[in-house]
Amino acid sequence: MSSTPMREVSRRAFAREFNDASYTFKESDDERAPVYLLLPTGERANRVFVVGTLTETEDVGDDSEYWRGRVVDPTGTFFVYAGQYQPEAASALRDLDPPTYVAIVGKPRTYETDDGSVNVSIRPESITAVDEAVRDRWVLETAERTIERLQAFDDDGNDYAAMARERYDPDLSAYRDMIIAALEEADAEPEAVA
Amino acid sequence: MTDLRTTAEAIHEQFTDHLDLDLDDVEARLDTLVTDYKVPLDEARRSVTNHYLDRAGLERDDIGGGAPGGNDQVALADIDAAEQWVDVTAKVVELWEPRSDSIAQVGLLGDESGTIKFTKWAKSDLPTLSEGAVYRLGNVVTDEYQGRFSVKLNRTTTIDELDTDLEVGDNTVEVDGAFVDIQSGSGLIKRCPEDDCTRVLQNGRCAEHGEVEGEFDLRIKGVLDDGTEVVEVLFDKDATEALTGIGLEQAKDMAMDALDTSIVADEMRELTLGRYYRIAGPRFNRYLLAETVDQLGEPTDPDAVLIKARSIA
Repeated sequence: MSSTPMREVSRRAFAREFNDASYTFKESDDERAPVYLLLPTGERANRVFVVGTLTETEDVGDDSEYWRGRVVDPTGTFFVYAGQYQPEAASALRDLDPPTYVAIVGKPRTYETDDGSVNVSIRPESITAVDEAVRDRWVLETAERTIERLQAFDDDGNDYAAMARERYDPDLSAYRDMIIAALEEADAEPEAVA
Repeated sequence: MTDLRTTAEAIHEQFTDHLDLDLDDVEARLDTLVTDYKVPLDEARRSVTNHYLDRAGLERDDIGGGAPGGNDQVALADIDAAEQWVDVTAKVVELWEPRSDSIAQVGLLGDESGTIKFTKWAKSDLPTLSEGAVYRLGNVVTDEYQGRFSVKLNRTTTIDELDTDLEVGDNTVEVDGAFVDIQSGSGLIKRCPEDDCTRVLQNGRCAEHGEVEGEFDLRIKGVLDDGTEVVEVLFDKDATEALTGIGLEQAKDMAMDALDTSIVADEMRELTLGRYYRIAGPRFNRYLLAETVDQLGEPTDPDAVLIKARSIA
């Protein structure tokens, strides 16, 4: 029996950090080896889980439908693209009525723009409408995971942190401030953004 | 005292009856592996032990484990590493049919904390264990295969039957996380109706019995994920209903209306993916078997995380 490859963890990262990432890599020469996005706080992400406010959807396709969604968290905006190869996610984007909270499981994708900068987006595996409690829980959980990455950044043997330092030379204090601002906003905010 | 010294002393004691070892020499060998070659300590211990086994012309089973005064008495659920010499007090929950002549007995041991597989080798020449009896087993060695632990009885193992009974725990674990996937083969399924065969049918066929009239059932193979690890969770009919609110009759009605069973899994995805749950149940192979399912609401302690964030230097 062939062994099942280990399912990749869905990483938690705020939009600001996710969009700061640009470097992708594989860890084996196998054509089907997973592609990882390197997060600036020192973790590899083959899959992410994000929860935020879907503020806008648009069919940006030419011949066939290709849906783009903007999903906002306390720090920035995730861009989500779904076309004919993600039929469930595409129909979710078609049917959902912004603004609404959504939870998205998906794969990070990067593409280089004409001016040479790298944009990061999410190719969704699933998109579901959720309530505010889920969104609040995600903000807190994402803050915790990010804090853990920051705390481990200088640890011996943290290979992804070393890689992040080399590729991005990240300003870690900016990410700490981002977390604090996100938590303070969540704390102070009595009702839905919608 | 350093870990190296402690480990060196343990190895030294294991060989007291067989070799005249110099404790400093044992420690030096460990130190070379650990310090110069960056080998993890438990691997270094294994390597150094093997070296002395070779020198003494012994098999691993011939030597005892820890100190002469006995090993640590451990709970079965706490066994989390291979190659540890331990003592356990456990009940023989089940005996299985050995698959090889080299195995005298194989089965499941249990204590309050949970259960673990055991193997007793034929060549170890030990007394026969009875199902349902409780034993104190001295000097068994732990093993690991694909993340699952077992214990092996060996020539040096002591077996004392105790005149007592004990309540066997069920390896229950509890995990929190976001529900991120419902895998294929979930929702409204059909199972083979043959006796003792509960295989899930693929296109009306059972892998063992061919084309059969299947019986409807509900199940979910799902994935819970907290951002650091994934847990595969199996929900039976009752747990599926607890998770989704959809029972078997309702699922059949949905499929009948849509003339398609896959609508049930689609609806279940819509209802559960992206939500947070606390799920508890026993572990079986790579799966957590869901027994209790609670959806998690608003987070309880945002201030603690804020304090943690502010404290990062």
